[in-house]
Amino acid sequence: MKARVHIRFKEGVLDPQGKAIGHALASLGFTGLGEVRQGKLIELELAETDREKAREQVEKMCEQLLANPVIENYDIELV
Amino acid sequence: MKAAVVIFPGTNREHDVCAALKRASGQQPAIVWHRDTELPAADLIVLPGGFAYGDYLRCGAMAAHSPIMREVKARAAKGVPVLGICNGFQVLTEAGMLPGALLRNKTLSFICRDVHLRVENSQTIFTCGYAAGQAIRVPVAHGEGNYTADAATLDRLEGEGRVAFRYCGAAGELTDEDNVNGSARCIAGVFNETRTVLGLMPHPENSTDPLLGCTDGQGLFDGLVSALQ
Repeated sequence: MKARVHIRFKEGVLDPQGKAIGHALASLGFTGLGEVRQGKLIELELAETDREKAREQVEKMCEQLLANPVIENYDIELV
Repeated sequence: MKAAVVIFPGTNREHDVCAALKRASGQQPAIVWHRDTELPAADLIVLPGGFAYGDYLRCGAMAAHSPIMREVKARAAKGVPVLGICNGFQVLTEAGMLPGALLRNKTLSFICRDVHLRVENSQTIFTCGYAAGQAIRVPVAHGEGNYTADAATLDRLEGEGRVAFRYCGAAGELTDEDNVNGSARCIAGVFNETRTVLGLMPHPENSTDPLLGCTDGQGLFDGLVSALQ
């Protein structure tokens, strides 16, 4: 089974990279652009075949290493 | 004062901090490799600057789970002082030994220059070599030093005297311009609850050699020696 972990900054946490991307898009002529936020995508291959157990395992991975709960939220998608 | 300096793959400021520690204490610190599981007897543990594990995933994230960090945490829990400088500060926040996190600088650029720091609390083993309110000049060299924490945590840190240093102007004034990396409330360094763990982004160890034109960082190491000897 594959898991995709989407990691993004929590609301309220400044994202200077997202801001810079927004400025660059504006300078390319794209208009009507609101806030831009940049995140991370991590793909994991899992031996586990039980979806519930897999989700549990990936949640632990997120809590312990993949995300920093002080500044980041995460979503887990099982594929 | 005997110090143990922990190095991870990618640490690069260990010689600088060893020189500063030796200048202050007269003793050569012990070097400990991240894969080691035991620390030698030490009065102080130092996590120096650098780019541990290439800053992969997040600065300090991998290093925080190194085998030696279990021992560092255990010693810190027993009250052994721990000093994390720059990348060492990032490791301490990732390891949950200090609150908050370090984000990308507001300018998005790596900043390598001298800054001024205001000493916020001089009643600790790390800062007793300074006077509260004193402004000192030390260099910074980081891309991710933008300190952040939620408002409640920041209030608690301020209320409990756990802000060690703030970025400031030459006379100690706080301005947006002097807050070089955009840190919340200009915070450059924080203590844990017992003030036995200090993390800071600037490099006091690089402001200890008279040849380099400024020795304002020496007070931190002299203070530690006088407090711990």
